[in-house]
Amino acid sequence: MMRLPRFRYHAPRSVAEAATILAAEGDQAMLLSGGTDLLPNMKRRQQVPGTLIGLREIAELRQIDNGSGLRLGAGLTLTEIVRDARVRERYPGLFQAAVQVATPHLRSMATLGGNLCLDTRCNYYDQNYEWRKAIDFCMKKDGETCWVAPSSRRCLAVSSTDAAPALMALGASVRLVSDHDGERVVPLDELYHNDGIHYLARRHDEILTEVLLEPAAGWRSTYWKLRRRGAFDFPVLSVAAALRLGDTGAVEQARIVLGAVASSPLPAGKAAESLVGRELTDAVIERAAELASKRAKPMDNTDFTLHWRKRVTRDFVGYALRELRGDDMRARRVQIARHSLDAAV
Amino acid sequence: MKNLIEIGGKHRAHVALRINGEAVEVAFDTYKTLLEVLREDLGLTGTKHGCELGECGACAVLLDGEPVLSCLTLGVECAGREVCTVEGLAADGRLHPLQEALADLGGAQCGYCTPAILVTAQALLSRVAAPSREQIKEALSGVLCRCTGYQQIFESVEEAVTRMARSPGRREGVEA
Amino acid sequence: MSDTTRKPPATDRFGVIGVPRRRVDGRAKVTGQTRFADDLALPRMLHARLLRSPVPHARIRRIRTARARKHPGVQLVLTGKDLPNEFGILPVSQDEEPLCSEHVRYVGDPVAAVIARDELTAFEALDLIDVDYEPLRTYATPEDSLGHPEPRIHDYGEEGNIHKRAAFDFGDVDAALAEADEVLEDLFFYEGNTHLPMEQHAALAAVDADGKLTLWSSTQTPHYVHRALARVLELPAAHIRVIACPNGGGFGGKSDIFNHEMVVAKAALLLDRPVKICLTREEVFYAHRGRHPVLMRMKTGFKRDGSITGMQLETLVDGGGYGSYGVASLLYTGALQTVTYHVPRYRFRGCRVFTNKPPCGPKRGHGTPQPRFGQEIQLDKAAERLRLDPAELRLRIVEQPDTLTANWLRIGTIGLAECIRRVVEVSDWNDRFRKLPEGRGVGLACGSYLCGAGLPIYWNKLPQSGVQLRLDRSGEVTVFCGATEIGQGSDDVLVGIVAEVLGIDPFDVRCVTGDTGLTPVDLGSYSSRVTLMMGNAAIQAAERARELIASAVAEQLELPVSRIGFGGRRVFDVENAERGMDWREAVGLAEERHGTLGTVGSYTAPRPAARFKGGGVGPSPAYSYTAAVVEVEVDTSTGWISVPRVWIAHDIGRALNPTLVRGQVEGSVYMGLGEALMEEQAYRRLPPKLSGALVHKFPSMLEYKSLTTHDMPEVVTELIEDPEPNGPFGAKEVGQGPLLPIMPAVANAVYDAVGVRIDEVPITPDKVLKALDDKAKGGPGRYGPARFPEVEWPEAMQVPPPWEDGDGKAVNDPERKRAAKLAKVL
Repeated sequence: MMRLPRFRYHAPRSVAEAATILAAEGDQAMLLSGGTDLLPNMKRRQQVPGTLIGLREIAELRQIDNGSGLRLGAGLTLTEIVRDARVRERYPGLFQAAVQVATPHLRSMATLGGNLCLDTRCNYYDQNYEWRKAIDFCMKKDGETCWVAPSSRRCLAVSSTDAAPALMALGASVRLVSDHDGERVVPLDELYHNDGIHYLARRHDEILTEVLLEPAAGWRSTYWKLRRRGAFDFPVLSVAAALRLGDTGAVEQARIVLGAVASSPLPAGKAAESLVGRELTDAVIERAAELASKRAKPMDNTDFTLHWRKRVTRDFVGYALRELRGDDMRARRVQIARHSLDAAV
Repeated sequence: MKNLIEIGGKHRAHVALRINGEAVEVAFDTYKTLLEVLREDLGLTGTKHGCELGECGACAVLLDGEPVLSCLTLGVECAGREVCTVEGLAADGRLHPLQEALADLGGAQCGYCTPAILVTAQALLSRVAAPSREQIKEALSGVLCRCTGYQQIFESVEEAVTRMARSPGRREGVEA
Repeated sequence: MSDTTRKPPATDRFGVIGVPRRRVDGRAKVTGQTRFADDLALPRMLHARLLRSPVPHARIRRIRTARARKHPGVQLVLTGKDLPNEFGILPVSQDEEPLCSEHVRYVGDPVAAVIARDELTAFEALDLIDVDYEPLRTYATPEDSLGHPEPRIHDYGEEGNIHKRAAFDFGDVDAALAEADEVLEDLFFYEGNTHLPMEQHAALAAVDADGKLTLWSSTQTPHYVHRALARVLELPAAHIRVIACPNGGGFGGKSDIFNHEMVVAKAALLLDRPVKICLTREEVFYAHRGRHPVLMRMKTGFKRDGSITGMQLETLVDGGGYGSYGVASLLYTGALQTVTYHVPRYRFRGCRVFTNKPPCGPKRGHGTPQPRFGQEIQLDKAAERLRLDPAELRLRIVEQPDTLTANWLRIGTIGLAECIRRVVEVSDWNDRFRKLPEGRGVGLACGSYLCGAGLPIYWNKLPQSGVQLRLDRSGEVTVFCGATEIGQGSDDVLVGIVAEVLGIDPFDVRCVTGDTGLTPVDLGSYSSRVTLMMGNAAIQAAERARELIASAVAEQLELPVSRIGFGGRRVFDVENAERGMDWREAVGLAEERHGTLGTVGSYTAPRPAARFKGGGVGPSPAYSYTAAVVEVEVDTSTGWISVPRVWIAHDIGRALNPTLVRGQVEGSVYMGLGEALMEEQAYRRLPPKLSGALVHKFPSMLEYKSLTTHDMPEVVTELIEDPEPNGPFGAKEVGQGPLLPIMPAVANAVYDAVGVRIDEVPITPDKVLKALDDKAKGGPGRYGPARFPEVEWPEAMQVPPPWEDGDGKAVNDPERKRAAKLAKVL
């Protein structure tokens, strides 16, 4: 059986207490939320924190509030997100992303904040200690080389969060709290760097406490995920899109974000801009899909071949935009997701 | 009220929780997951393991009624909580209808994923009395089975629903 | 020896047989009471972990263990010198060491073991062992191994890094191909894959109170483990007891003998304390013994009416780092091509090479899924060329019952035609094939499998399965057999048969299996042998018990024995059922009359008709048959594949417990779809200029893709029952055969849907898209291997087929010639 390394454990009752402990314990401490990402990594000795600060007992992290839009506590499980009617009705893109994470069991453990902070993934990195030793380790942990592209000076591990692209398309922000200098709210796209090691702009002493969503009025959103199987698998490509249509049917505002094709979620700005002021005709969708797919830079470190992932990006952007146009995409959704997403509710 | 978790020294924990309706106190090494505590410190080996990384679902148990993976749940996080394992499904000397149906209809072949399937299906039935085939598939999508091809498992769950509808007294598998 | 020409009972009216019912171990499984190997714990038990090689191919210069030995909590560190005797499952391949002493052959090869107070301590101490490796050339592919004889991965085998070659000619195939109207030549590749049982292998060893050794293990073959332990530990086999715990899935992956079993046994003896090990999932991928990757070149001649004139098959088999079952696996890639359709002349060339990867071995279908994949796709291509419906083509050429094939396999019953007709009917084949809209398609394929290998793994004339019964005045019946419950339901078969013969309820029978200390030898749960072999032995033992009871009851009732009947837990006068007694009383009478009651039964398979060297692989007392239709949806823009439905018909002979039979069929469909669409035991060679590393690409359950509930289609299962005279109550196997048609049926369905041929597995969307691109550019629209490397084939053994005045023997002796040539050179 795979065993965790030894660690000290704290179970603070409030964010303030957690932040104090985190500041005091320094770099060797890590926050433990759902555990579905950190604990496997610890078992594989990718991360070996001396101290774990469990966030499970902090009630304030598990609230859902109506603000101007919606405020979601970072400690809400993905199952709680999926089962919330407001999320489903107003922010379908977030629902579709959350409901396609891993499996029902893992969603009942994994949290929204945890998914946003998910460690970047790579077939050379997400391996047991013995395996990584056999390749003389890699840049992200204990080694020098990025085996995905040995000439690369940065780590190419892949951003594999489903929630982040969906929330970025929805224009969400996150609140970060620290003991040292209080709190700050940052737009979600500023939380990420396109670097497999330094992928988060979160400082080590900060706790991501909540996600802030703008009012959804007038917005449509969606999320399409590519993975091999109908459950378990991380995305190897995803497309989140949100847009607001004017009375004439022309697009007034649009955001398209690609997931799992770089070390951070990738906003496809030009593709989104190309939609603005236009009706979603097939040609307009085709043009946006073309522009968006140019952004995708998949590498050979996930499931499926990189060329194929790159190539089908257009198709997936097309699925997303056609669904937002109002096309009936249910049959396509079942083919791609291998099931109807409503079955989880 | 005494503390539910006492972490003695650096690496030893002492935790009180409820398992299958019974109050239990157990001491174990802090690094242990619920899976290890159940199997090694409490002798409840009905809960299985296939990867210990959250990639197979074999270790599923119910934590406060919700199916979770015991391999990714720290033992120290279970203080004061209610855990249900396959050993707790039968009640009053009788098997749960899900157990009966899986045994009758070929829902268990090697039996290794069966405990996880059972507790997961039990949680589904306590949430949705008569789930559709799609809902059953979704609920069980987190447990891999290499033997059956799942079809007889789905049919077993549906048969249990039918049997429970005939004798509604058997709705809840475990009473605290 | 049992009566191997037994006719099935004239009646179809059984009490237990044929009735769908709860398996005898069903309750244990749903309550979590089944005790798998890792569920066992003993007082004072210690835990072991293995240090495995991080290099793919190297000499070991030195191992330093002092730091690990001093680590707090560590009780013992073992290295190769502590366990000097080699072992291996086949007598011809005794090439494994419990712990490598001088030479490691793949990343994951065990070199040392730590035994400590707990698993975490043992794991931590592994890192304190220093091993100094001298790297050797890394062989990543069969081409590497064929091209570079030195350094050798093993110093045995044919030459260089060729482990074994086989060459057989059954008739003049060149002439047969020349007579054909159409000759099809194709290259196919079948990627390796692994069993992925949910249960990781575990073993617990302990010295008993009386000083003897007991090993509990998740093994499919306790008898072979027993023999190997005696050899490795240099102990009399009689002082070792091996208990096969119920396996949490086997699929062939637990039918070998494993390093960790030897290590815990040795450690328990040295420490006089129980020692347990449970492999991590990553280690299970290294233990492997899974499906061999096979490259195939297949050439078949057809007449215009569809009949086959002759077939030629070459296979290049990537064996990995050790022999394992490989010699048999190699021969199986050529053995069963002849048992489905009439092939009058047949040529087989096969070559297994060593590479620096975990050893391959037997997985569900052992060696036959790969050539079956090629054969069934080629038939689909031939049908198109001949303008015949693929089902019709197959129906025309189905082999006849009670036949000898060109390679001297004796076929008894053959339900293949009925299987084809049934799937054609239930799938609406005639309304679907070539008639569905673009992007949707159906494909048909067939297969056949052994009901037990005709010969044991080591040469002997002993029974292949033994069953013992004890009965006493309480009415209790206990059945003992060495067979191993791996989830397939062998305990249920055993108990069901005994209960049927004795007219009692399965619940009345206590079952003890898989324990070399208590149960008569059965060779193990592999080659789909248990139902037939154990079943026949069980019938014999139960009939003997029945005779004892019948004679006592006949005497009591003053009736001739022929009038005594058994049923409903009673023994009675068949002409007046009221007259009789209950079961308990009858057994008591028999005990009174005959003394303590016990009977035995045994089974040995009929002698193979083949009498040439290598002809021992392929013969079986019976063959099962299967036909399947798979429906697919393929998106032409992305290549994305969905499988909504599968229809499958299996010739089971007789279904002993239809619930279990259906489960085996559907489980085979499941595993077949995995192999067809996504499962692969793939490796990554790092850039050779930068690293010698050759690693399993993803030894995890996340990245080794096994179908979830959402990926599994609806399956319609049809059972064809035509009782087989050699089978118990007419039963044939079902554990492996139904897997065989699935992979080619998927490939054929993809062709029907979008017009491209994917001549390899797994069939993935990127390959489909490449083939579609190829077609769009005016190419053949195919994705698959492009070449078969040069292999120097030895002189073929010439064995004339039965219809060419053959007698089952070879007319030449290439091996003797080769030995003579070698002697001259030396």
